[in-house]
Amino acid sequence: MHKEAAIREPLILGSPTYSDITKDVLYTIENKPTKLWKVLMTIATIIALWGVGCILYLLGVGIGTWGLNNTVGWAWDITNFVWWVGIGHAGTLISAVLLLFRQKWRMAINRPAEAMTIFAVFMAGMFPMIHMGRIWMAYWVLPLPNQFGSLWVNFNSPLLWDVFAISTYLSVSLVFWYIGLIPDFATIRDRASRPVQKLMYSLLSFGWSGNAKAWQRFEEVSLVLAGLATPLVFSVHSIVSMDFATSIVPGWHTTIFPPYFVAGAVFSGFAMVQTLMLIVRKAMRLEKYVTIKHIEYMNIVIIVTGSIVGVAYLTELFISYYSGVEYESYAFINRFSGPYWWAYWAMMTCNVISPHLFWSKKLRTNLAFTFVMSIIVNIGMWFERFVIIVTSVHRDYLPSSWSMFYPTWVDIGVFMGTLGIFSVFYLLFLKYFPVLAFNEVKSILKSSGEQYKNMSDEEFKKLHPVKK
Amino acid sequence: MSDKTIYAIYDDDYVLLESAKHLVSKGIHIRDVFSPFPIHGIDPVIGLERTRIAITAFIYGMIGVSLALTGMWFFMIQDWPLNIGGKPNFSLLTNLPSFVPITFEFGVLCAAHGMAITFMLRNWTLPGFKGKNPYPRTTDDRFVMEIHASDSDLSEEEIKSFINETCVLEIDEKHS
Repeated sequence: MHKEAAIREPLILGSPTYSDITKDVLYTIENKPTKLWKVLMTIATIIALWGVGCILYLLGVGIGTWGLNNTVGWAWDITNFVWWVGIGHAGTLISAVLLLFRQKWRMAINRPAEAMTIFAVFMAGMFPMIHMGRIWMAYWVLPLPNQFGSLWVNFNSPLLWDVFAISTYLSVSLVFWYIGLIPDFATIRDRASRPVQKLMYSLLSFGWSGNAKAWQRFEEVSLVLAGLATPLVFSVHSIVSMDFATSIVPGWHTTIFPPYFVAGAVFSGFAMVQTLMLIVRKAMRLEKYVTIKHIEYMNIVIIVTGSIVGVAYLTELFISYYSGVEYESYAFINRFSGPYWWAYWAMMTCNVISPHLFWSKKLRTNLAFTFVMSIIVNIGMWFERFVIIVTSVHRDYLPSSWSMFYPTWVDIGVFMGTLGIFSVFYLLFLKYFPVLAFNEVKSILKSSGEQYKNMSDEEFKKLHPVKK
Repeated sequence: MSDKTIYAIYDDDYVLLESAKHLVSKGIHIRDVFSPFPIHGIDPVIGLERTRIAITAFIYGMIGVSLALTGMWFFMIQDWPLNIGGKPNFSLLTNLPSFVPITFEFGVLCAAHGMAITFMLRNWTLPGFKGKNPYPRTTDDRFVMEIHASDSDLSEEEIKSFINETCVLEIDEKHS
């Protein structure tokens, strides 16, 4: 049996049995939805429908209804795109990178974080598509034979790299998530008593039986998928950053972008995981499995990535001065003292200063404080993308073309709408899918469960005798 | 020869693992083990060889990489060379740096999906299939060994008595 150092805090509190873990996690699936869930679902559906309405209006009228103009061609749409993709990154980081590092605390949060990834990437993918204006032509981004002679898409363009990166990321995350879900669906199938439920979960579980060879392959597939997803997640946000970095716009044309974007993505993603998990663990009574220690670990990741982001901001600022390129230095002077100064300082306060409050152990283990911080970080990261995108293009080389961007109700409506659509997906996930990877959690019960950690070898042998 | 299937049901992964070692040392062949989560260390005990599924992922990935490179060579160099922003497309080699991202993404795409499909087919788990676990609780908190009487020279009674030496919860049998 694998033993863990006693100073490591337990990851499963109390003394649940294997069957208790199943019951605790499946409680919401096997029982009628609660009032809270119905209320949240109603609110989310209303916002989502409003968002769908805004999108339909946008498609009907054209993207002129957004606040875009000749100078500022990218604004809230691409800000939202980058923000949502960034949020998605935490899910893959938790499930893939922490798997490669054999971090056991990932098991309690990988499933909900990956669900967040998938729904966030759905939302992200929508923005470039609706930005095309004529969304029914969206398939033109694919290299398909067409009626214009052999006119292919431009494989030298980062925008096309993005198409490949985002679609690969979405589908690979989906596969990774689903393969992990199969054994858990099988458990629900085997416990289900209602015929419709039995049929649904029987279809979803693909006839999984959990024999030794299947588990061996399962573990190998998870490991290899984690190995593939890790460079993938870094490549995706690097490619997103190249949408900007390969251009010659001052403020965008910097080589620091790829690592800086990846760190920012992980930073905002973990903040979103915190926001969601703090609600989920309370509402679904999963405090035993998602402990304060888990929250603390995530807050530590937030400090680390927040510091990387802070260093990147300051480097950028210094290099713009040190480069001696006047356009470049103006872009940054304009950022912190121009008409969008409030956005820049909001970003600086939320992303650079506030995460350092987490150095205090008291604060990073305080749930209410963590929740507030997670919202602040999310707001800060949204402003980061806004600052990078809008303040760079609204005043570039030609002062005669300088202009301002003001969002219209459609800009705001579509963004609010994506929050609603995301929430609808997430609430459905919480009700119908196993929220924690509970079969994986069972596998760490003996090494990280509170009951087993305090047990001596003799007590363990007494509890689990091998021979009669 | 008897073709009886004996199921030894345990309530703990550790107990099953230790019992499996005991039974194997007595010359009993364990055909399969059903468990709600992977039991680490069981593979060598019951004589499972390491899976080769990771190798297939590598092969699919390489297929993806070559497809992407061939495709981009054809689209950008061979079929319709465009001069984009004063940056002409001369040969695959000179254009290679800007083909790296898509080559990588497409390689990952093929590797991940190819391996996932292989995993499903090899396990024979596909939508609409029925679970083949002997007892529904093996996906919750039961750990079951499947032993075929015909697999070893021991008689059925001998096998059962060896199983009974371990802390087994229940022994069940099925004629097949």
